[in-house]
Amino acid sequence: MLSHLPILQVVVPLLAAPACLLLDRSRLVWIFTVLACGLSLLISMLLLYQVSQHGTLSYDLGGWDAPWGIEYRIDLLSAYVMLVVSGIATLVIVAAGTGLEREIPLEKQTVFYVTYLLCLAGLLGIVATGDIFNVFVFLEISSLATYALIAYGRDRRALWAAYQYLIVGTIGATFILIGIGFLYSLTGTLNMQDLAARIPDSAGSRTASTAFVFIVVGVCLKLALFPLHLWLPNAYAYAPSLVTAFLAATATKVAVYLLIRLHFSVFGEQFASSSLPLHGILLTLGLAGVFVASLVAIFQPDIKRLFAYSSIAQIGYMIIGIGFGTAIGLQATLLHLFNHALMKGALFLALAAVVYRLGSADISAFRGLGRRMPWTMAAIVIGGLSLIGMPLTVGFVSKWYLILAAIEAGMWPVALLVVTGSILAVVYVWRLVEAAYFQPPENELPEGLDGPDRREAPLTLLVPTWLLVLVNIYLGIDTRLTVGTSGAVASALLGGGQ
Amino acid sequence: MMPFELPPFLFFYLAGALVLFTSGTPRAVLMLLIPVVSAVNLWLTPEGSYGQLAFLDLQLTLHKVDRLSILFGYLFHIAALIAIIYSLHVRDRMQQGAAMFYAGSALGAVFAGDLLTLFVFWELLALTSVFLVWARRSERSYRVGMRYLIIQVLSGLLLLGGIILYSREADSLSFVEIGLHGVYGWLIFLAFGIKCAFPFFHNWLTDAYPESTPTGTVFLSAFTTKVAVYALARGYPGTELLVYIGAAMTCFPIFYAVIENDLRRVLAYSLINQLGFMVVGVGIGTALSINGAVAHAFTDVIFKGLLFMSMGAVLHMTGRINGSELGGLYKSMPKTTVLCIIGAASISAFPLFSGFVSKSMVMSAAIENDYPWIWLMLLFASAGVFHHAGIKIPYFAFFAHDAGIRTSEPPVNMLLAMTIAAALCVTIGIFPEVLYQLLPYDTGYNPYDATHVLAQTQLLFFSALAFVWLNLRHMYPPELPSVNLDAEWCYRRLAPSVLQRITGVVVAANTALRTSAAKLVAWVLAYISRHHGPDGLLARTWPTGSVVTWVVVLLAVYLSLSLF
Repeated sequence: MLSHLPILQVVVPLLAAPACLLLDRSRLVWIFTVLACGLSLLISMLLLYQVSQHGTLSYDLGGWDAPWGIEYRIDLLSAYVMLVVSGIATLVIVAAGTGLEREIPLEKQTVFYVTYLLCLAGLLGIVATGDIFNVFVFLEISSLATYALIAYGRDRRALWAAYQYLIVGTIGATFILIGIGFLYSLTGTLNMQDLAARIPDSAGSRTASTAFVFIVVGVCLKLALFPLHLWLPNAYAYAPSLVTAFLAATATKVAVYLLIRLHFSVFGEQFASSSLPLHGILLTLGLAGVFVASLVAIFQPDIKRLFAYSSIAQIGYMIIGIGFGTAIGLQATLLHLFNHALMKGALFLALAAVVYRLGSADISAFRGLGRRMPWTMAAIVIGGLSLIGMPLTVGFVSKWYLILAAIEAGMWPVALLVVTGSILAVVYVWRLVEAAYFQPPENELPEGLDGPDRREAPLTLLVPTWLLVLVNIYLGIDTRLTVGTSGAVASALLGGGQ
Repeated sequence: MMPFELPPFLFFYLAGALVLFTSGTPRAVLMLLIPVVSAVNLWLTPEGSYGQLAFLDLQLTLHKVDRLSILFGYLFHIAALIAIIYSLHVRDRMQQGAAMFYAGSALGAVFAGDLLTLFVFWELLALTSVFLVWARRSERSYRVGMRYLIIQVLSGLLLLGGIILYSREADSLSFVEIGLHGVYGWLIFLAFGIKCAFPFFHNWLTDAYPESTPTGTVFLSAFTTKVAVYALARGYPGTELLVYIGAAMTCFPIFYAVIENDLRRVLAYSLINQLGFMVVGVGIGTALSINGAVAHAFTDVIFKGLLFMSMGAVLHMTGRINGSELGGLYKSMPKTTVLCIIGAASISAFPLFSGFVSKSMVMSAAIENDYPWIWLMLLFASAGVFHHAGIKIPYFAFFAHDAGIRTSEPPVNMLLAMTIAAALCVTIGIFPEVLYQLLPYDTGYNPYDATHVLAQTQLLFFSALAFVWLNLRHMYPPELPSVNLDAEWCYRRLAPSVLQRITGVVVAANTALRTSAAKLVAWVLAYISRHHGPDGLLARTWPTGSVVTWVVVLLAVYLSLSLF
């Protein structure tokens, strides 16, 4: 059983999806989905434990040996990313029990859970597999499911946002596929390890460079790197709030994982930097993303959109970390990948609670909310502090390493710009705090809400939110798990392949 | 590990959390008990390092007790207890809770064994104290609080920047002498300096402290700046620059204090003046001067607290604090008057009052170490302090012309708190050995030799004479009932006319600079919001076509970069 864990990680949600259709009673389906997600969380914990104890796990699908058959390969990096993906997925789905009521009609909920599980299976598959074509397949599974999830939004603009994402996402996936095609024509293999061994032989060939460019642009599209981020704000703003929480904390992180994996494990640092001035490009685009998106966030009246732009800025930080091209920079990226999932998960779950009670995430809805929903607002404040990078929260840990990396690389201006970016975050978080704690509440409630709805959000939403908030604080103090793992991963990736 | 080695901030944080959920008598008992329990715990803790913690790849020490920190530890416990008694009547959860967290953060900062822990408490000091400024709940206090918070957080960021650089240079982050070496030394120095109200960075203090509630100001005056003095004493002892900065700090606030009408703002200026003495002491860096700085911090917290408490009592009972609106209160508040005068005598360093025993150490150190000019400046500052804090405060609040206010003594708890502080002032003044025992170094210093006592008494009498003489000359109003010479106007005339002219020029330049800066900021904001606002170029929803165009452009750029 234990030796089958790598495949189970993907198969459990993948098979649970159609099984939901058989149950077909929304409450029952919810319980079943929670179980399936919890199981995959358990599996990813076991996997992380096994990998950290015994090293990389390799699993041959169907008993076919590696270069010919499909290989699932779990190293520390994959286990680390799968832990955060399955963890967030579980917490979000627990919150969905009541949180979905107001956002998705009852008869559509079963299908929603099916799509959700498919999306999760796709994301985990991308991380688990060691076969580059398999990556594309799972990317398509998760992307198609994501388009559907976004389209569930009540706002009619959700459909349009999903459509735009569909077009752009498909282009991205196609680019990746073209790149994979080039690689296959060049090397005749699809296994990542095999590729990593053969690509250095064809260094300098135009086919390899072109493949690399197509893949990088395709992946950057999926991870919403400035200026390819234009699909993201609408998708996050108009999707159902819980879907936003899930996507913001997982989908872009998996895309960052993919960039790291392809860049460092498949092409290798040497090839990547010789074929393209990638470090300069990533640094520039990352910094531009941080500033443009943070400034836009400051002026946003819609809070979901505000945090969507803030996500783009945070992705900018992760990309900056890769742009340094040093082990400590990569470690900062990996830390921020994990930590950003925690903070954005907490923030969007708390926003889901606000939307659940007030039906709106506009800044005007937040006026006086500090008294009406104290726990929810406290969660937003702590999440916001983590976003800014206050000590005692995880945000500080990743910013600390990012600044250390900048100083180590001798890039003083970058360190200063990172700090300036944090100050911009203070501004947009402060707008929320000011509205919630220093402004009187609006007297009239939105239509259709009666007395009891003025109260604090239900426990089923608060508990997952606060769990994430507490993890934010705990991992901000006890940093052994994140710093240790990311440090080991970074030195392994830069120390000559896997 | 003994159960008695808990860091004191834990007690206060626990109390702060509990205060938020209790009210009435239990809350009062809890708030009084916590400082006592915590002080006993501190007393039982032997010197050493506790609470070692691994964070990232650094070794942190949450709780480090040595002679310097333990003195500040006791001081903050006393200050917290007095301020808590003073504010027992307040029914405001936010204010009481914030005050406990604030005191706890100050204790956390002085017992921090490494710079990162110091930084955390440094920022927490800012975050918790700002609630005391906001506690008045007015539009004005909100704005003042924001200004205060921004400057304090800026200080924290500078500190963090310095720490990050320091961590690259030094092997460990433990908080030892830093000195002005390299960029990190200056960054950390600047961070400490902002909190210590160095000249040009002092505005947050005079801006925010007088805007807090009567009780809030008492807390505020005790902690933030003293933590900064502690940090300077630990990180930069013997840095010569500090001598000059400190001397400037003792002198420049006097001019402002003289023309200021708001009596609590006068006290805020005199707070900077007193800090100057401590900074000079740290800067000279001998055993005697460090002792003097630390001892002066100790006595200053108590007598400045006493003065702030008496002015708070006046504000609490009359609702007014401007010197021009007050006067003649000694008839209805005789006890407060006496207590205020004890505070005034202490701050003016009358022999037998606490200010004397600590300030004379700094002055002696200045003269012993060949700083005659500095000594003269300090002498001038002592006269000035006597003038604005020793005479002006009690005179305009309780005597002067009778403003016709009839009120009564403040509540019992306020009187009790003031009495405790006054008793401490006198006790330390008469038995300085009590305080000297606690000081970091043993110097066998005796303040009561003939030279000191005579010099100080002479100084005091002559400056009193000057005040009386000037007062007589200007206070006699011309026989014109229409001319209303109120206190503030009188004081503005006392200031030399030259000073006024300079002030005029400075004010004009300042205004011009401010307006142009405001215009620039407004222009930048407009520019940013044009592009980044909800409908701006960078925030609007783009048609799918242009999104795809971007993809193609980027691909083309990448391809050309990689192929050519």
